[in-house]
Amino acid sequence: MKIAVLVKQVPGTESPLPIQSNQNWVDEGAVAYVMNESDNYALEEALQIREANDEGEVVAVSLGPDRSQKVIREALAKGADRGIHIQLDTAGMIDPLVTASYFADTFKDENFDLIFTGLQSDDLGMGQTGIILGELLGMSTASMAMATEVGGGKIKVKRELEAGWFQWVSLSLPASVSIQSGLNVPRYPSLKGIMGAKKKEIKVVTPSVANQSQSVEKVYVPQSDKQTVMIEGSVEQIVGKLVETFRNEIKVL
Amino acid sequence: MDILIVLEDSNGKIHRMGLESIVGAQKMAEELGLSIGALVMGANVDLLAEEASGLNVGEVLKVENELLSTYSADGYAETVKQVIEQENPTYVIFGHTYQVRDYAPKVSAKLMKPFIVDNVSVTTNGGNSVFTKLMFNGKLFSDVTPTGDGPYLISFQSAAFSSEKADVGSAPVRDCTVNLDVSMIRTESEEPFQEEAGGIDLTSADIIVSVGRGIGKEGNIPLAKELAQALGGELASSRPVVDAGWLPAAHQIGSSGQSVSPKMYLALGISGAIQHVVGMKGSKNIVAINKDPEAPIFEIADYGVVGDVLEIIPKLTEGIQ
Ligand SMILES: Cc1cc2nc3c(=O)[nH]c(=O)nc-3n(C[C@H](O)[C@H](O)[C@H](O)COP(=O)(O)OP(=O)(O)OC[C@H]3O[C@@H](n4cnc5c(N)ncnc54)[C@H](O)[C@@H]3O)c2cc1C
Ligand SMILES: Nc1ncnc2c1ncn2[C@@H]1O[C@H](COP(=O)(O)O)[C@@H](O)[C@H]1O
Repeated sequence: MKIAVLVKQVPGTESPLPIQSNQNWVDEGAVAYVMNESDNYALEEALQIREANDEGEVVAVSLGPDRSQKVIREALAKGADRGIHIQLDTAGMIDPLVTASYFADTFKDENFDLIFTGLQSDDLGMGQTGIILGELLGMSTASMAMATEVGGGKIKVKRELEAGWFQWVSLSLPASVSIQSGLNVPRYPSLKGIMGAKKKEIKVVTPSVANQSQSVEKVYVPQSDKQTVMIEGSVEQIVGKLVETFRNEIKVL
Repeated sequence: MDILIVLEDSNGKIHRMGLESIVGAQKMAEELGLSIGALVMGANVDLLAEEASGLNVGEVLKVENELLSTYSADGYAETVKQVIEQENPTYVIFGHTYQVRDYAPKVSAKLMKPFIVDNVSVTTNGGNSVFTKLMFNGKLFSDVTPTGDGPYLISFQSAAFSSEKADVGSAPVRDCTVNLDVSMIRTESEEPFQEEAGGIDLTSADIIVSVGRGIGKEGNIPLAKELAQALGGELASSRPVVDAGWLPAAHQIGSSGQSVSPKMYLALGISGAIQHVVGMKGSKNIVAINKDPEAPIFEIADYGVVGDVLEIIPKLTEGIQ
């Protein structure tokens, strides 16, 4: 089983996100990057499948500027066998058709049985890249996997539906599956893993730049018209005011 | 037709988010002088066609096909692609449902046309539509425009528009034929099911104390439980808390969990991502405690505290007792 896992480097949930003066994008220099949350789960799922089958390969792939190699290294330290870095400045690049096309070009001769992606990137939130990639490569696709079972030339996926419903779907291989968070417990890299990762190969490819079919005009901080009563002061004062609000305003005490 | 709306079946009724997206499409149609058609398909196509013909859309396109009676990404994507090729719309509009997430990107890839997703609004600028969506986990808005020729695929986020505004009309229904073959469908699906709720029904709770990743670790969950008890309320959580195994799945609020509208929703260390917010924004009073003054949860909160939940929760429990 040869599995590609797409791991994207995105701003961490607590990273600052200052907007550039031209309002086109965030100032990436000020951002603290991490591996996209659902990609962590996708990687773990791939590693578990390889370990259960005792053979095969897990390839961690990321598209982005040089800094993206950090998430590939992290994946290698956790147990991925090799990495591919599609080197490109992605500031303001939002078109999943273009992103997926770069992956599709890179994967042409790889013949992966499975592609795992996160269900959604925490920065762009497109929720499409893996499915488009699967379609471009002629693979079957499924989104939002909450469990997987591989065997008999197929992958069975427990898909998350709305409002707490699920459905098992069986796909013929090769398949591209997007992984929802929470389906496994992502491992931490061991010290041995971190040392070993330094010796693993990261192939760097540099694609030529394609035109986007959608583009960002402007990014800005949302303004809400809701009046929020802010409760301030020392912890004791805040607690006092909250109790009073619960009692006299919301009337739950 | 200029705008094609793809409607989804929800047990014999049009999915709520489809009705909402019609309102978005009507706004675009008015501002840009465009015509609208609505596409229905699937197991309950007759019921959907009847409901859609009562809406203010120019016409209803009905695709009847055996292979669409159970949902498959392959079958639905191929159908929508063929209808687009036959009808040649400039915009194809969807509600951003989980089903649309599953198959609409395939339509985008088949046509190599953009899918601009999860928009909260649309405006018109110089005769073109500008779509606004949330990025960076709800922290920033982004105005996005399609480039190149249409069709452009567009989806609207839950509650971007109020479905009550889907004006009444009487649209004719037209049959539409697509060529599908069983060999195109590479998946086999089983019946949908629900997991045991674990006996927790948060929907009838008056007071909900809900914890997010900001609670820090599993060992801090009892702090929130004690607060919930002191208030006589129920304990709930955001998704990462369930993902980490700190609380069972039945506690999750949001698009893939329960939807609640209690008298008071106390959000502790929850950032306010849209998938969480759709499950609790109907609450009568939202009180948010978060250390980040820019957390999106404050945009919907009635009362806000910028502070550390770990400092505040124990004292608050004490104060109530
Ligand atoms: C298809 C899909 C479905 C989803 N379904 C759901 C769903 O049903 N429910 C759901 O909740 N999410 C869902 N999500 C995930 C959602 O997008 C967010 O990732 C999630 O809601 C974030 O949870 P959070 O606010 O607890 O964590 P984070 O976004 O990490 O926020 C943690 C917050 O805690 C604050 N904080 C940290 N430490 C402290 C402290 N000591 N004191 C005070 N504040 C602190 C931080 O400032 C931050 O704002 C879904 C996502 C997708 C793509
Ligand atoms: N630049 C990228 N590098 C690596 N993986 C990516 C990239 N963009 C998207 N992906 C993958 O595709 C998934 C969905 O991303 P998106 O379609 O942007 O929401 C992510 O969770 C990643 O697994």
